[in-house]
Amino acid sequence: MASQQLIVVGGGPGGYAAAFLAADLGLSTTLIDPEVNPGGVCVYRGCIPSKALLHVAKLIGEARQAKAWGVEFGEPKVDLAKLRAFKDDVVKRLTSGTGQLVRHRKVQYIQGTAELVDAHTLRVRKASGGEDTLTFEHAILATGSLPAIPPMLKVDDPRVMDSTSALDLPDVPKSLLVVGGGYIGLELGSVYATLGSAVTVVEMTSGLLPGADRDLVDVLARRVNGMMKAVLLNTRVTQMKAEARGVRVTFEGEGVKDQAREQLFDRVLVSVGRRPNSKIPGLDRTKVRVNDRGFIVVDKQLRTEEPSIFAIGDVVGEPMLAHKASHEGRVAVEAIAGQNVAFEPRAIPAVVFTDPEIAWAGLTETQAVKEGRKVSIAKFPWGASGRAITLDRTDGITKLILDAASEQILGVGLVGPGAGELIAEGVLAIEMGANATDLKLSIHPHPTLTETMMESAEVFFGQATHVYRPRR
Amino acid sequence: MTDFRLPELGENVTSGDVLRVLVKPGDTVAKDQPILELETDKATIEVPSTVAGQVKEVKVKAGDKVKVGQAILILDNGGAPAAKTESKAAEPEKPAAAPEKTAEPPKPAAAAPPPAQASASKPAPATANVVDFSRGSRPAPEPAPSIPDLPLAPAAPSVRRMARELGVDIDQVPGSGPSGRISVEDVKAHAKRLVTGAGAGTAGANDGAVPAAAEPLPDFSRWGEIERQPMRAVRRKTAEHLSVAWTTIPHVTQHEYCDVTGLEELRKRYAKQAEAAGGNLTITAIAVKVIAAALKVFPQFNSSIDMAAEEIIVKKYVNIGIAVDTDRGLLVPVIRDADAKNIIEISVELSQLSEKARSRKLSLEEMQGGTFSISNLGGIGGSFFTPIINTPEVAILGISRARLEPVYDKENGQFVPRLMLPLSLSYDHRVIDGADGIRFLRWVVEAFEQPFLLALQG
Repeated sequence: MASQQLIVVGGGPGGYAAAFLAADLGLSTTLIDPEVNPGGVCVYRGCIPSKALLHVAKLIGEARQAKAWGVEFGEPKVDLAKLRAFKDDVVKRLTSGTGQLVRHRKVQYIQGTAELVDAHTLRVRKASGGEDTLTFEHAILATGSLPAIPPMLKVDDPRVMDSTSALDLPDVPKSLLVVGGGYIGLELGSVYATLGSAVTVVEMTSGLLPGADRDLVDVLARRVNGMMKAVLLNTRVTQMKAEARGVRVTFEGEGVKDQAREQLFDRVLVSVGRRPNSKIPGLDRTKVRVNDRGFIVVDKQLRTEEPSIFAIGDVVGEPMLAHKASHEGRVAVEAIAGQNVAFEPRAIPAVVFTDPEIAWAGLTETQAVKEGRKVSIAKFPWGASGRAITLDRTDGITKLILDAASEQILGVGLVGPGAGELIAEGVLAIEMGANATDLKLSIHPHPTLTETMMESAEVFFGQATHVYRPRR
Repeated sequence: MTDFRLPELGENVTSGDVLRVLVKPGDTVAKDQPILELETDKATIEVPSTVAGQVKEVKVKAGDKVKVGQAILILDNGGAPAAKTESKAAEPEKPAAAPEKTAEPPKPAAAAPPPAQASASKPAPATANVVDFSRGSRPAPEPAPSIPDLPLAPAAPSVRRMARELGVDIDQVPGSGPSGRISVEDVKAHAKRLVTGAGAGTAGANDGAVPAAAEPLPDFSRWGEIERQPMRAVRRKTAEHLSVAWTTIPHVTQHEYCDVTGLEELRKRYAKQAEAAGGNLTITAIAVKVIAAALKVFPQFNSSIDMAAEEIIVKKYVNIGIAVDTDRGLLVPVIRDADAKNIIEISVELSQLSEKARSRKLSLEEMQGGTFSISNLGGIGGSFFTPIINTPEVAILGISRARLEPVYDKENGQFVPRLMLPLSLSYDHRVIDGADGIRFLRWVVEAFEQPFLLALQG
């Protein structure tokens, strides 16, 4: 076969974005992935299926809340098979869509797994059987990440799940332990809690969602505490044993009293993080370097130490987010096409799709304090938002982190329903170098939650229409 | 195992070009033994080793650019504590510098071993050579890149990207907008100041009313009727592009006559063949072939200059752009891989591209990737002009109208009418020296006069 100008290994949101842009730029492109269609973890067993389930969970939550508004539906009856089918259908629609885009763009798609032979050659073991040897001018490694399971939590029993098996929704267990209070644990934990499981969350550190600003997390924590059976902080799991009646888990730490040190759960979800999938066969035949945390080392153009090979997405570093991977994929392709580009975003938004949602972008307050950076904080409580009140959801905060001198917006933090959608404006503001005045002077539609962005800028000037602050 | 890195060489010397490597894998080197001959912008120096041991690997070769702190050798010094090799991303592999560029012949260093061919020689059996590894003399490894401070330059992503493309550090650009906001114009003005050496810091002084460098226009209507016409996209693009070319490239234009009497006969004789194929056997089509051949002989005319990286990018492909006059303005479609096409093929493609240009059907793709341009104004008239280089290319050939001139024929002692074609070659003096400029143009002239040269040398 003729040499390809670009081969992309891994068809996740980073890999397929890269392959598609490459095709658009006129490069002959091959995309290799073990699945039938591109999509990767994000579409097959991550972002997308979890959001389908969370959408349903939100509906159940609101139906319950409707009682207070004078509308009663009664207890929901959940047809698990149908719910699973809905989720699977969502995945199928999206992946067949990416499959179609592959064909339209004339990207050569090979279902299989790749092995590097040297800096310009790959061997593909095809899913349909047989092997192909391909040569390339450039390759992009976009092999993503896998759930990390520490040896201590490795129990060979279907009742001990990772995010992938939890998304399969095997049943609604009476009791579920979620190990890890990060975004995956909280999202899936809330799905199971809404469906009827008694969920316990155990987190090693002193708070949920390590890394996010505490004032935002506190709002979520209040709701999570009400939804979950228990949230154990500063607590770790020391032992896990599969028994006939369930999984016996031993805890250690502040969250547990002596008699609660051992508990029995119907199921356990281990969501303590993800590890980069850098164990690519044949990588050692190239100059590509992997650091001690397992990430492939790349420069600002996403080029590895092997000049013909680039790497993007989860496999090159945190944050392991689909949208970061897509952006990196596009930058890598532009670099390959000879453009003078670099991966240098000012804000990579992070969203936790719990209820309420938490979202942030750019500098966090925590980070600013840690770096001793001079910033001003402007916060708008959703209790003053007309739209939030009509939704009966005033448990939200919109927060700006501004440079103290220039009033430029460096970071935005949000908690509240729909925070994940609202953060996009924050990203644009940060990327455009907007300052508080710019945000204040942009007319926002009424009545919407977006007004909280504008009004938080007004708060900064002490002139928010809906927040009275006596003159100092 | 330890590595020898390029030590500090003196004040303000941060890098140099390797002229020769004086050791090869397997050699045993002593402390202070010369390892490299390095050409810096100050002088050619021999770099002595600061460590001793047996050479395991040579990480550089002649022609490489090396920086202070960069690993040069990996030495086996027999079980000395492994120096932590923070293998700072190896410089992307560059092709060895074109041989003709190493103008200075290597010094006939008396007993210097032959230049090492790292990959060719097999590693000698490892013998433990523990010698005086002085840790102190080793330059400190380059600090690991720290997490960059969050940049503060108030500029949109599009503006930041353009700055990067122009090689401008966005943090250095003074913004003229409210709160120092940086616009596209600010970046361009800053780039221009950098190029003209005017220095930064003067922007913003004019209240941002008018971009720097543009003189305010008088009110022309004071002297009579005027009409303001909007600039069309092509015109604006041309204006911007040519301004950059004119202000950044030190142009030299060299003129020469070319006797095309014989060629004109050939052209007429074979015109029908081209026509049958759907082309037009024009001087331009022939010029494309001649230039494509000339670029093989003079590769520096097929290059671009990367001032930021201090590199010359020599292209291994030959794509010739042809300036086409259209009712929208100047367009430059590109004939790809012109060196692999014959004149008939070129003439056919040229006809198609010109037609597309005039009927507005050219794709962006068809106007990109050129490595050299040709502008033929001969169809209209004139003799000689000074074409502006289509940056980032480094040269352009201008063709004017051929006309019959009396030429003195030495053999017969009389003037004879010959058809003379005026050629004008503009070149980028940063990459091309004057002598090479005229050598190239003479080669082109001779190829026009003796097309056999194309087959012989091209």
